[in-house]
Amino acid sequence: MGSIAEFFQHFMNGLTLGGIYALIALGYTMVYGILKFINFAHGDILMVGSYIGLFIFDAIRGESIGPFTLLAFFLAMLGGMAFSAALGVIIERIAYKPLRNATRLAPLLSAIGVSFILSNSAAWMWGTKSRKLAYPFDNTPIVFKGVSITPHQILILIVVVIMMISLKLFIDRSRIGKAMRATSLDRDTAKLMGIESDKIIAITFAIGSALAATAGFLLALEIKVYPSMGTMTGLKAFVAAVVGGIGNISGAMLGGILLGLLETFGVAILGIPYGLKDTIAFVALIIILLVKPEGLLGKAEKEKV
Amino acid sequence: MFNFVLLIFIYTGIYALMAVGQNLITGYVGLLSLTQAGFFAIGSYATAILSVTYGWNFWLTLPIAALIAGAFGFLIGLPTLRLKGDYLAIATLGFGEIVRNILNNWDSLTNGPMGIQRIPMVSIFGFRVSPYDKWGFLLLVWIFVFLAYLFYERIAKSRMGRALEAIREDEIAATSMGINTTRYKVWAFVFGAAIAGVAGSLQAVFILSVTPSVFTFMVSIMVLCMVVLGGMGNFKAVILGAFIIQFISYFPQLTGLSNVIPPQFKQVLFGVILVVMMIWRPQGILGRQQRGRLEKGEK
Repeated sequence: MGSIAEFFQHFMNGLTLGGIYALIALGYTMVYGILKFINFAHGDILMVGSYIGLFIFDAIRGESIGPFTLLAFFLAMLGGMAFSAALGVIIERIAYKPLRNATRLAPLLSAIGVSFILSNSAAWMWGTKSRKLAYPFDNTPIVFKGVSITPHQILILIVVVIMMISLKLFIDRSRIGKAMRATSLDRDTAKLMGIESDKIIAITFAIGSALAATAGFLLALEIKVYPSMGTMTGLKAFVAAVVGGIGNISGAMLGGILLGLLETFGVAILGIPYGLKDTIAFVALIIILLVKPEGLLGKAEKEKV
Repeated sequence: MFNFVLLIFIYTGIYALMAVGQNLITGYVGLLSLTQAGFFAIGSYATAILSVTYGWNFWLTLPIAALIAGAFGFLIGLPTLRLKGDYLAIATLGFGEIVRNILNNWDSLTNGPMGIQRIPMVSIFGFRVSPYDKWGFLLLVWIFVFLAYLFYERIAKSRMGRALEAIREDEIAATSMGINTTRYKVWAFVFGAAIAGVAGSLQAVFILSVTPSVFTFMVSIMVLCMVVLGGMGNFKAVILGAFIIQFISYFPQLTGLSNVIPPQFKQVLFGVILVVMMIWRPQGILGRQQRGRLEKGEK
C-alpha cells in the first residue's frame, strides 16, 4: 500500500476525471465571464449531448469493432456537440436573453427552470433506465510497471488535451476570440467598438455547450448515460470553475484537474468513505470561497456603486 | 377521494411553512438559497431520532428541531452569506446534498438509506392526533401555518424587515446607512431555516417515518416555485403558491390519470413555471406587498 505505482494509478484516474470536469467547467466559466451568470442548465445540456451522441453511435457503428468504429465514435461525438450547441443557443434565446436587464435573481431562477425541464423531459422521453455506450474498441487495460491505464482513459485524455489547446488558441488568437474577450471585459464598450455582443453571447453558449457534450460523451465511456447524470457532474464542474477562478479559461482547466485529483486521492489516500465522495467538491467550494473567493487564478473584483 | 383533497391541504401546509421561510430569504433579502430541503431533512431527523431513539415527546422535539435547523442555518449562513448571489445558490445547493449524503451514510445515527420507522404519533392534552385522522392533522398543520404567517409577517414589518429590503434593493447603500448587512442576512437565514425545521418535524409525525430519499433537491425547487409563483415578498402569496404547486403535483392521482400522465410531467411543468414567470411576471401572481414606496424603475 502507498507504493509509487499506486500513487500513479490514482493520479491517472484523477487526471482523466479532472480532464472531463475541466471541459465542463470551461462552459460555466465562459458564460460567467461574459454574462456574469451561472448557467444552471449546463449539466443538463451535457446530458442531452451524451444521449444524442449515444443514439448516433448506436445507429452508425455497425456490429463488429473495426477501424470504422472509431470514426463512428468521433462522428457521434460531433453530432452530440452540434446538437448541444444548437440547444445551448436556443435556450439562451428563449430563457436568458429576455432577462438580460432584469434583476440578478431572474436569469438564475430561469436557468434552474430550464435545467429541470431538460432533465425531466429526458427522463420522460428516454426513460430513467441508464444506458451503456458500446465500447468503440477493446478496453483491456495496459499495465505499465504496475500502473494500469485503460485505452478509454488514453482516448479521454487525448480528446481533452486537443479540445483545451484548440479552445485556448481560438480565444487567444482568433478574431471572434478577441471579440469574446472584449465582451467579457466590458460589454457596453465592446458594443461601441462595433462588436455584435448578442452574436458573441450566442457563440459563447454554442462553444460551451459543445464542450459539455464532448465531456458528457467521454464520461459515457466511464459511467452510464442517464437523465440526471448532468446534475451532480455539472455542479462539481461548477465548483472546479470557481476553484480555478470563475471567468478565467486557464483557471477552469486547472480547477477541473485539481478537483478530479482531489476526489480520487480523497477516497483512495485520505480514506474518505466512498459514499461521501460527492461532498468533497462542496467542502472544497466552501473552503476556497472563504480563503480565496476569487479562485486560484481569478482577479479579485471590487463591487462598484 | 375527499381524503385525498385533505392530504393535499396537509402537504400544502407543510410546504407553506418552508415557503414562508424561503420567502424571507429570497423574497425579502433577495438571496437565492437552494437548501430548504436540507433544513427540512434536519428538522425531520431531529424529531425522528429524539422521539424514537430517546423517547422524547413530540412537543419537546419540535422546538429542538427548529433550533437545530436554525443553528445549521447560522453555520451555513455565516461563511456563505459573504458570497455574491450566484455562489450562494451553489453553496447552499451543495449543503443540501451534503445533508442527504450524510443521512444516507451515518448508519449509527440515521440508519442510513433505510431511515427511521415507527415514529410515535402526536398527542395533545391526551388526544392523539393520528395522521389517519386527516381533519385533526390538517388543523394542527394549519395552526402552525397561521402562527408562522403572523410571526414572519411581524418580522417583515419590523426594523429587521426594512433592513432586509434595503439590503435587497442596494447592499452598498444599505451598508452606508449603517445596516450591518451580514448580521441581518444571517438572521434571515436562521429564521428561514428554523421554520423549515418545524415543517420537517411535522412531516415526520405525519408520515411516521423518515428516509433520506424524501429530501432531494426537488423539494427545494418546489419550495422555490411556490415563492416565485405566488409572489416574492408576499407571505399570503407564497401560501397560495404552495397550494397551487401541491395541487399540480398531486393532480394525476387526484384525477385518476396517473397512468396517463407520466411522473416527470409535473417536474417539467415546475421548470416551465419558473421560466415563464421570470419572463412574463417576475413579481408572481399576487405581486409584492406594497407599502407605498416607489417601485424600482431602472435596472
